[in-house]
Amino acid sequence: MIAIIDYGSGNLRSIANAFRRIGADARVTSDPQILAAADALVLPGVGAFGSAMAKLEDLRETLLGNIRDGKPFLGICLGLQVLLSESQESPGVQGLDLIPGRVIRIPPGNKVPHMGWNQLVIVKDSQLLEGAEDEYFYFVHSYYAEPSTDVVVARTDYGVEMTAAIESDNIHATQFHPEKSGEAGLDVLRNFVEIIRA
Amino acid sequence: MAIEMLAKRIIPCLDCDLQVPNGRVVKGVEFKQIRYAGDPVELATRYYEDGADEIVFLDITASHERRETMTHVIEATTENVFVPICVGGGIRKPEDYVKMLKAGADKCSTNTAAIKNPELINEASDLVGSQACVVAIDAKRRYIDNPRESDERFIIEVDDGYCWYECSIYGGREFTGIDAVKWAMECQDRGAGEILLTSMDRDGTKMGYDIPLTRTMSENLDIPVIASGGVGEPEHIYEAFTDGKADAALAASIFHFNEYPVPVVKEYLRSRGVPIRL
Repeated sequence: MIAIIDYGSGNLRSIANAFRRIGADARVTSDPQILAAADALVLPGVGAFGSAMAKLEDLRETLLGNIRDGKPFLGICLGLQVLLSESQESPGVQGLDLIPGRVIRIPPGNKVPHMGWNQLVIVKDSQLLEGAEDEYFYFVHSYYAEPSTDVVVARTDYGVEMTAAIESDNIHATQFHPEKSGEAGLDVLRNFVEIIRA
Repeated sequence: MAIEMLAKRIIPCLDCDLQVPNGRVVKGVEFKQIRYAGDPVELATRYYEDGADEIVFLDITASHERRETMTHVIEATTENVFVPICVGGGIRKPEDYVKMLKAGADKCSTNTAAIKNPELINEASDLVGSQACVVAIDAKRRYIDNPRESDERFIIEVDDGYCWYECSIYGGREFTGIDAVKWAMECQDRGAGEILLTSMDRDGTKMGYDIPLTRTMSENLDIPVIASGGVGEPEHIYEAFTDGKADAALAASIFHFNEYPVPVVKEYLRSRGVPIRL
């Protein structure tokens, strides 16, 4: 069972529908016991870094414990950004700090939010992104992650090259929304289900 | 591997009459005459399968009593449709945004409510984020003889003279005296994440989008602009993206009545060098 973490943020129904569509058993929950029993965790997220971290406070230790134990994890959009140490969006707020680095604002000269469909530049072999070359994915964000370690598996070009996906052991995360990226996005979720089964 | 820039979005719009069970899609001509186009969920699913980049539902009845019907339409649609969904019509309070987003929508669009109460944009964007706050603007040309006549209005040169654009509310039934370009800039400052720009002069005419209006908006805003109103053939969409500098193009009847299916439009644009997701 895949637990989609409900912390009062994000479009949970769409993610649950997308997993249902590919035949995966996914449940929306904020119950620490269900999270602990799940085979994998999905952290969605729309909104601001600071308010997301505040809402995650009660689940922080459960989440960190499960991820450190090696449970497959998929972060989506803000669910990627909160893995980092900090964000320009909410100075002084500590992220989950599982991925060292920071989240920065998309520089001026481009329309912000970065909203729409972009292709990926795959920079590293990634099981999550198998088959994703040449496909378009839906992004909507005003900030992007700049990890200080070598965890970026894909970037996207929006005038500036931005992190589109990261992977580090059992941690997988996408800046784009696989649940809103048509069939290409569903394929990414299928890849995640394969990773869980492996 | 060649990476293209951000793709231009093709957005079918479903104008929904929610006064019948499950709703029905209608198409008005110049905001008045009505034709029926089908079931909202079925049409949305077909457009998704055809490769639409996003889908807009507009509740043209825009009444609070019909809100449950719209919620059900969104819930049913998002079981099968995995692209962004925007809902407009009757969104009046921050709670309305939350309700639609919970049903599975990604964005809500407001027109009348935002003009009547601009603080709504600030409140909603604080609550659900700018990316979910679309402001719809219905703009009507107001020709003027002397382009220097007015300071507080954004004067635009068009093919047959000079004009400013006036914002209309209540589905085109009432005019406000508000300058559309200035209003769009204010919406951006208040936290709007996108402008859905409809030309009332062109809507339903099939003469093409109002390019000077679209370009002026796009050049004066840092948020995306969706061109709407007047598309009759794929070349009009090409013009909106190139001359009009629009980020996305919205259309209804050319898709509903299968004049130009989504894949045909997208292939055409791709063949003319526009970055398009196929």
